[in-house]
Amino acid sequence: MKKPSKALTLAGIPALTLAAAIAATTASAAIVPAGIQLDNTQELTRGNGAEPASLDPQKVEGTPGSRVTRDMFEGLVTQDLEGNTIPGQAESWTISDNNKVFTFKIREDATWSNGDPVTAEDFVFGFQRAVDPATASNYAWFIEIPTIINASNIIGGKAPVDSLGVKALDDKTFQVTLEKPVPYFIKMLAHQTTFPVPKKVVDKFGDEWTRAENIVSNGAYVMEKWVVNERIVLKRNKNYWNDKETVIDQVTFLPIVSQTAELNRYKSGELDFTQEISSKHFSSLQKDIPNEIRITPQLGTYYYEFNTKVKPFDDVRVRKALSYAINRDAITRSITKRGEIPAYTFTPEAVAGFQPPKTDYGQLTQKERNSKAKELLETAGYNKNNPLKLSLLYNTSELHQPIAVAVSYMWKSIGVETTLENQEWKTFLDTKNEGKFEISRSGWIGDYNEASTMLDLKTTTHGNNDGKWSNKRYDEIMAASRTASTDAEREALYIEAEKILASEMPVAPVYQYVTGRLVKPWVGGYTTKNVEDNIYTRDLYITKK
Amino acid sequence: MFIFALKRFAVAIPTLFILIVLSFFLMQVAPGSPFTGDFNMPPEILANLEAKYHLNEPLWKQFAYYFSDLLQGDLGPSFKYKDYTVNELVAQSFPVSLTIGSIAFIITVIMGVSLGTLAALKQNTWVDYTVMTLSMVGVVLPSFVIAPMMVLLFAIILPWLPAGGWNDGNWENMVLPVAAMAILYVAAVARIMRSSMIETMNSNFIRTARAKGLPKHHIILKHALKPSLLPVVSYLGPAFVGIITGSVVIETVFGLPGIGQHFVNGALNRDYSLVLGLTIIIGALTILFTAIVDILYGLIDPKIRVGS
Amino acid sequence: MAVTSMNNMVKEDNQKAVENFSESLSSGELEIEGRSLWADARRRFLNNKAAVASMIILGLVTLLITFGPLLSGYSYDEIDWSYMGESPSIENGHFFGTDYLGRDLFVRTLEGGRISFMVGALGALVAVLIGTVYGATAGFLGGRTDNLMMRILEILQSFPFMFLVILMVTFFGRSILLIFIAIGAVSWLDMARIVRGQTLSLKGKEFIEAAIVCGATSKQIVFRHLIPNLLGIVVVYASLLVPGMILFESFLSFLGLGVQEPMTSWGALVNEGAQTMEVAIWQLAFPTSFLVITLFCFNFIGDGLRDALDPKDR
Repeated sequence: MKKPSKALTLAGIPALTLAAAIAATTASAAIVPAGIQLDNTQELTRGNGAEPASLDPQKVEGTPGSRVTRDMFEGLVTQDLEGNTIPGQAESWTISDNNKVFTFKIREDATWSNGDPVTAEDFVFGFQRAVDPATASNYAWFIEIPTIINASNIIGGKAPVDSLGVKALDDKTFQVTLEKPVPYFIKMLAHQTTFPVPKKVVDKFGDEWTRAENIVSNGAYVMEKWVVNERIVLKRNKNYWNDKETVIDQVTFLPIVSQTAELNRYKSGELDFTQEISSKHFSSLQKDIPNEIRITPQLGTYYYEFNTKVKPFDDVRVRKALSYAINRDAITRSITKRGEIPAYTFTPEAVAGFQPPKTDYGQLTQKERNSKAKELLETAGYNKNNPLKLSLLYNTSELHQPIAVAVSYMWKSIGVETTLENQEWKTFLDTKNEGKFEISRSGWIGDYNEASTMLDLKTTTHGNNDGKWSNKRYDEIMAASRTASTDAEREALYIEAEKILASEMPVAPVYQYVTGRLVKPWVGGYTTKNVEDNIYTRDLYITKK
Repeated sequence: MFIFALKRFAVAIPTLFILIVLSFFLMQVAPGSPFTGDFNMPPEILANLEAKYHLNEPLWKQFAYYFSDLLQGDLGPSFKYKDYTVNELVAQSFPVSLTIGSIAFIITVIMGVSLGTLAALKQNTWVDYTVMTLSMVGVVLPSFVIAPMMVLLFAIILPWLPAGGWNDGNWENMVLPVAAMAILYVAAVARIMRSSMIETMNSNFIRTARAKGLPKHHIILKHALKPSLLPVVSYLGPAFVGIITGSVVIETVFGLPGIGQHFVNGALNRDYSLVLGLTIIIGALTILFTAIVDILYGLIDPKIRVGS
Repeated sequence: MAVTSMNNMVKEDNQKAVENFSESLSSGELEIEGRSLWADARRRFLNNKAAVASMIILGLVTLLITFGPLLSGYSYDEIDWSYMGESPSIENGHFFGTDYLGRDLFVRTLEGGRISFMVGALGALVAVLIGTVYGATAGFLGGRTDNLMMRILEILQSFPFMFLVILMVTFFGRSILLIFIAIGAVSWLDMARIVRGQTLSLKGKEFIEAAIVCGATSKQIVFRHLIPNLLGIVVVYASLLVPGMILFESFLSFLGLGVQEPMTSWGALVNEGAQTMEVAIWQLAFPTSFLVITLFCFNFIGDGLRDALDPKDR
């Protein structure tokens, strides 16, 4: 719960001009460089952050579940080490000229772990299941977003499940039809919500089909054991189409929530790589085992959200003053420490195909920003005799607390009196949703690698626009970006959007997320290039220890 | 006595029922829902989820569903762990807590009683002071300090034992959690045992035994031990429930899949059915063990008449 | 539940002492002679070296947490960016070193002590008040009412405590003191049980019967006659409830439901220190020492009180 789970925006779909048809020819497999000696025991243990709420692809809720399902199942497409989309269960596909009809050719050798062939019907079943109200999938909206025909109606109970725009043309040909053109639809298909599931098994075992003794999967691994709150063990799936290029035989996921506990397990040799690195231990780890620290930039931003429906945060001067006074360098250098980048734009630099602009306030020194902040507060009517008093809301976490404390201390230097309000997670969510906050800690991690995954968040109608900021021009820009015909045109719109955010300051971006992990030296194939943090075990290998 | 026992258990049923009703409604009052997350779901999806778990129906109706399932021994589906029912989660986690707890309990009784007796017999000597000071440390140091210290010492600095995990009950994984758990209770038992042993040793019948010239170990084992154990029994009865239902701190630090984690995380996740199921189990055990202690106590000590 | 059981342990341990005491009361071994009992107790207490030493140490700790922060040039919420997570040093004025955020641990430990003391005292006070009244009422009225009240205790004991805490934290928000008044309000169960047992035995005594004959109302009897006679037990129990409360606050801090930053408590400091013990032992050592010393003192004082008030142990 330290970071928001992956989430995609609902507001709209940018019409990207991604290359249609087959993306790449590289296969999903471990690439072991010549000369590397592999260890005899190919077993890997990964930290998984928390216990997954479900391992049913259509019911997975957060990253702990998606990490495990990505190893067990495979969608039409998948990702390589660097996060590029590559063919998965589909060996090729064609896209109609209007970007609405997608036809996939499923591999002849795609089979389930029980030996049954993976058919187009399995995909039809998976897609239908995701929107079926009876499944009650948290991620049903993931099918709704690319506007697959009738998805919304089915979710709302207004159309039968089989009216979804997916069909099996024959055993190995699967077709999806969208209501509106969405060229980057292919990219979304590496997500677990679109994975196929074995109908026979689901029908037979119901909710219990994901148990080790029942489950049948089509990915590189199949479940061996699942002890809630302790471990999930996956074994190599001999029937996986590319099993010959898979190296690791067994992978174990440990749901360790506490970063300190995880670090201990890593140090005692029980973990090959962790899910996180505790900032508090970072300096000493950097001294002791610098080579085992792996930092990957991430597609997400940590920010403070102003509730613009509450006085005085409807006043742009107050918002700007507070944002300016946050010394982002100090936070990333002295508190988070893991190489986070100070953020002066809402979109992180890690995003593909868009370079966030340099904002004016980002180029000032902190001293200049502070004096500007004081001026702004002064003009807004706050001074020594009438200091601005506010409350800052954050949820319980080893990370949010020190940042909130530091920020409140920075605000103190411009004469603002801050009351910190720490709430446990569910209470925090309630407080936020009901708009009963003044300023709240927030974070957003994009689900697809494109700037709109961030920028759409601040449109008026977005479900997660908790600060209720609304700007007509901004909404227009984001709407226009969807129909922009060239990349340059779209980029110009995004730049304008960022400029509006900088001058209106509905949120104060603090830093751009990174994923920090400790990785044992014998884990081969681990890269720091996948900004969506999708690490597939099938791409890894263990070198001679 | 039999009638008393029967009465006690008859009363337990309405007590348990009230506990269920109160807990059921109290949980609904707490802010937040099992289905909220950092992503605000569209209302239709939330509605589907609520419909699936009957949360869209009036509370009394939800309670009726729950209660009729409960009568058939079904604690319902977990709201958080979508692939599991509460029965299954309990079946998986209770044996873990029970195993760790039972071993810790046995160690507690053996060590606590012997240390307490030792301290009492060597009253006001360095033995007494050492035992009592050490046991005080066990009482005053929070387990979230003791447990990670043990990990640091015996899993990292001295790499003798694993730092966590259950491994299907591998003994190496049990050593540290059992020790961390036992330390807390040994301390208390030793303190109780010491004071009650001192009292017994000062009582007239022990003086008589001594006057008769009976050997010391005979006096202690045959005469003093039994009456001194009474307060220990009355302490350990209710404590037993606490020990076998696990400790969230110890389970979190050692990564154990026990009941304690479920109880606390269940509350934090608003997993209503999981918490309610565990409440019922813990409540029933509490009522059972207080009653058993009352009855036992009456059986051992004729001075106390429980029936009145 | 570890911590509740930890508290219970303290309570149970004490409960035993109290039961012994009440037993001796009921068996008539204790002669109630008005003032001389208390004078006697005071003399015995003052002869108990450990208890007296504990009193003195506790007094010193109290003085230190009250005036100690004045000795330092830092305030409890001041971030010293140049000394983050620094070990103790006399030169830079961080006597106990700094925490992860560069805040002075000396001042924070003492500030935390204020909160922990207040929380302990307030929580215990509320628990004692409610427990005494409830227990005395149940014991005095007896019969069906007593039975009912005891069943209520059983229910409360098995309640999903976390939900109660979450509710309280929600209702009372930032105010840790209110939260502890509330927690005190649900931690009186053992107290009530002990007082009830004691009351049952007192009830048979002549002076109560005399009061009934004189036509005193139930309320008068409970408040005028019973409760004053229960004071001995209550004092003993309260001295052990205080550490129980302090430890409970530390458990809440472990779950992140405790005191709100930038304020702190020993529990919160110890919990934070425990996470970095291998890299910054001073962050654990100083607050833990204070916590342990204080709890030791409370335990010794409790023991001393018990011995002083128990005539058998002369």
